[in-house]
Parts: sequence; C-alpha cells; structure tokens
Amino acid sequence: MSDYISHDHEHDGIDRRGFLKCMAWAGTGVLWTISGGVLVSRTLAEVAKTGSSLPTATDLSFLQISDSHIGFNKAANKDVTETFKIALDRINAMPAPPSFLIHTGDITQLSKPEEFDTFDQILKSCRTKDVFYVPGEHDVLNDGGKVYRERYLKNVQGKGSGWYSFNKNGVHFIGLVNVLDLQAGGLGQLGDEQLEWLEDDVKGLGADTPIVVFAHIPLWTVYPQWGWGTSDSERALGYLKRFGSVTVLNGHIHQVLQKVEGNVTFHTAMSTAFPQPAPGTAPSPGPLTVPAEKLRSMLGLTSVQYKQGKTALAVVDSTLS
Amino acid sequence: MNTFISKIKIAALLCGISGFSVLALAGEMKDTGTSGAGQNKIEIKDFAFNPQTITVKSGEKITWINRDEEPHTVVSVAKQFKKSTALDTDQEFTVVAGSPGTYSYFCSVHPKMTGTIIVKQ
Repeated sequence: MSDYISHDHEHDGIDRRGFLKCMAWAGTGVLWTISGGVLVSRTLAEVAKTGSSLPTATDLSFLQISDSHIGFNKAANKDVTETFKIALDRINAMPAPPSFLIHTGDITQLSKPEEFDTFDQILKSCRTKDVFYVPGEHDVLNDGGKVYRERYLKNVQGKGSGWYSFNKNGVHFIGLVNVLDLQAGGLGQLGDEQLEWLEDDVKGLGADTPIVVFAHIPLWTVYPQWGWGTSDSERALGYLKRFGSVTVLNGHIHQVLQKVEGNVTFHTAMSTAFPQPAPGTAPSPGPLTVPAEKLRSMLGLTSVQYKQGKTALAVVDSTLS
Repeated sequence: MNTFISKIKIAALLCGISGFSVLALAGEMKDTGTSGAGQNKIEIKDFAFNPQTITVKSGEKITWINRDEEPHTVVSVAKQFKKSTALDTDQEFTVVAGSPGTYSYFCSVHPKMTGTIIVKQ
C-alpha cells in the first residue's frame, strides 16, 4: 500500500467524491475496479500479493491490456509472444479473475492473419474469456480493418468502422476507433460519423452514470509531434462533460501517462511487447531497446503515483521508473 | 551489396510487395520490370521521408526503403498513384514518375509523415 491518492472532483451539482488509488503498475496488465461508481486501478502484482483488497462480489473489475504487437521480432523484444503469455499468466494467477478484458489495440505488428491466429491461440489460455477490443493502426494496415472487424467486433455489433458501447454494472463503456482514414499531416481521428453516434449514444444517460471510454491512440494530446493525440477528441469529450466520472483508457504509446482534467481521468497503458521512449526523448517514437535484463521491468514495473492536493486533485504523472 | 539487394527483393516478393506503380493516370503506365536500385531513393527513417522533397524527371523510378523497425506506407494524398502496402523493415516500394506536377504523399499509419514528389518534363 505504498503510494495512493484520494481525490474528489469538486464540481457544482455533482456529489461525487472521487477516490482513485493507483499503486505500482504492472505493465502487463492493470486491474480496474469500479467501486461506488469510481474507478480504482492497481497492478496485478499488487492484487496477487494482497488478495484481501479484491473487489467484493457486487463490484466490477476489468483489466486493460494493450499493444501486444504479435509478429514483432526486432531488438526491442525478440519474443513478444512470450511476454504476452506472461501477461496472461499474471491474469490467471489473480485470486479472483476480472470480469472481462479490454484490449486497446495493436494486437499484431503487421495485421497478418497468422499474427492474429497466434494471438487468439495464446489468449485461449486466459481464464477470463470475455474480451472487448478496439483496433490499433497495426491491426488495420492494409484492409481498412476488415479482418479485424470480422474477428473481434462481431459480437459487439460495431457501428461504422467498429465503434460500440455496452453497459456493465451500471457503468457505460464506449469503444472508439481512431486509427482509420487518417489525414496527411494529422493525428488520430474519430470522424464526424462516429462523433455523431457518440453524442446520440450518451444522450439518454444520467450525469451520474460512470463512463469509461477506450480507444487506441490517446484521446488527449500527449505529444502531437509524434502523432500522439486525436485531432477531434475535444468534440468527443465535449459530449461527456456533464458526466461526473469519465475514465479514458488508451494504449499506443507503450508507457503509463495520466492526466486528470475536471471529472475526466486520462490514462495510457503499457505494452506487453516493448517500451517506447518518453515523449521527445528520442529521434522518433520507434521501439525502445533496453538491455535484455531490463526489458521485463520496463514492461512490468512502472509506477504511477498520485498525491493528494489540499482541495482539488493533484496528480503527478510518472512514466517509467 | 548485391546479396543485400537480392535479399530485399526476395523479402518483397515473399510479402507480396511487388511495389510497382505509376504516378498519375493509368494511361501513362509503363512496363518497367523489376523494382530496386533506382537513382531516386527515399529512405524512411526515424518516422520521416528523406529527402522529404524529391525532384525527378518523368519516367524515372522512385524507390522508398523503410529503415525503421516500424511499418510505414506511401500513400498519395490526392490518390494520384497506387498506395503501397505496409512496408516492414528493409522493404521497398517503387513507382514510376508520370506526368509533370507536384505529388504529395504521406504515411497512412503515421500521418505526420509527409513528403512531396516534383515531377519535371
């Protein structure tokens, strides 16, 4: 129970005290728990150690994994299949399995059928069977996401290029696609059709409905020079402004970054495959090669720390430790 | 060097990247045979096209080679030439310059990456 933060969103008309606890971070997976409408995250390692802190039966827990990049075989990680397996082993070792997984994209390196096959085959070993997906740009390289939609978005009846929503335990989940039809010179993009759908999708929901949005590329501007952002995400967030609790989960940048803005918590997950450099610290955002003995720790042990402010939430984002 | 190039060719062949298309309209297409060592090389490195702007003569080949560990594509902004498939490390893509003009292109995977081809008579 080392580092945690408790925070409350002080916004008129919303009687919600936010309590977000985030401890040492396992890059191979993060357990998200909805308790009293508030998301709590913690690492798998932490959960395994402290079984007592598991959610009760009425709580909802789910897990985000991201950026498996099956098929990648360069210096940054010669065996991404193995590290993905280890991630699943961690999930299977949890005293109580999460209700479902969310995979936030880049299942594969090159969108090859055999890469998808390998992923699916390994995933069979996971005790948690329910998985919700959103594509990364690596999953839709040559066919506009056709194969991906057929494989991973059939059950959720994805609209347009694959976006959808669902409800679990009173929480409204929204899976968005921001890796298709990208424009020259631009960033990730949702597009008018998806934005109109989103506006309509949340229209009937009460402001006290907790919202979880997940998409591959960050829905906040992390580092536009590297394309780490989504050009029309502001409009999407505008539709979610009235909600008391919005959590945005992204992948793509292979490192943990977090930002809190009003009632919205933005969070990026680590990859199960290889790290990427912190924004602006390398000539490009390409795979970061670290000494072999360090790789696991780059994937597996990153901490995010929060510190409590006097009145409003104070957040200290830390990337790789 | 020869071995290196033929390896690339084999890799390209295996991956179905014959990588050959022609700038501009279909009517101007020429049968140009194999891809490979043209004089107009554009290296893709560190998420950038180098050189970013290239000036060529109509009829000349232009070849991109990806030196990153990340896949990239070559896509005409105005759909003036056939787009490449995703190029893995060391894979190539070649087009033949068509009618004179300025052609903008980008990487559809990383759209921040843009480049320009100027075709002269």
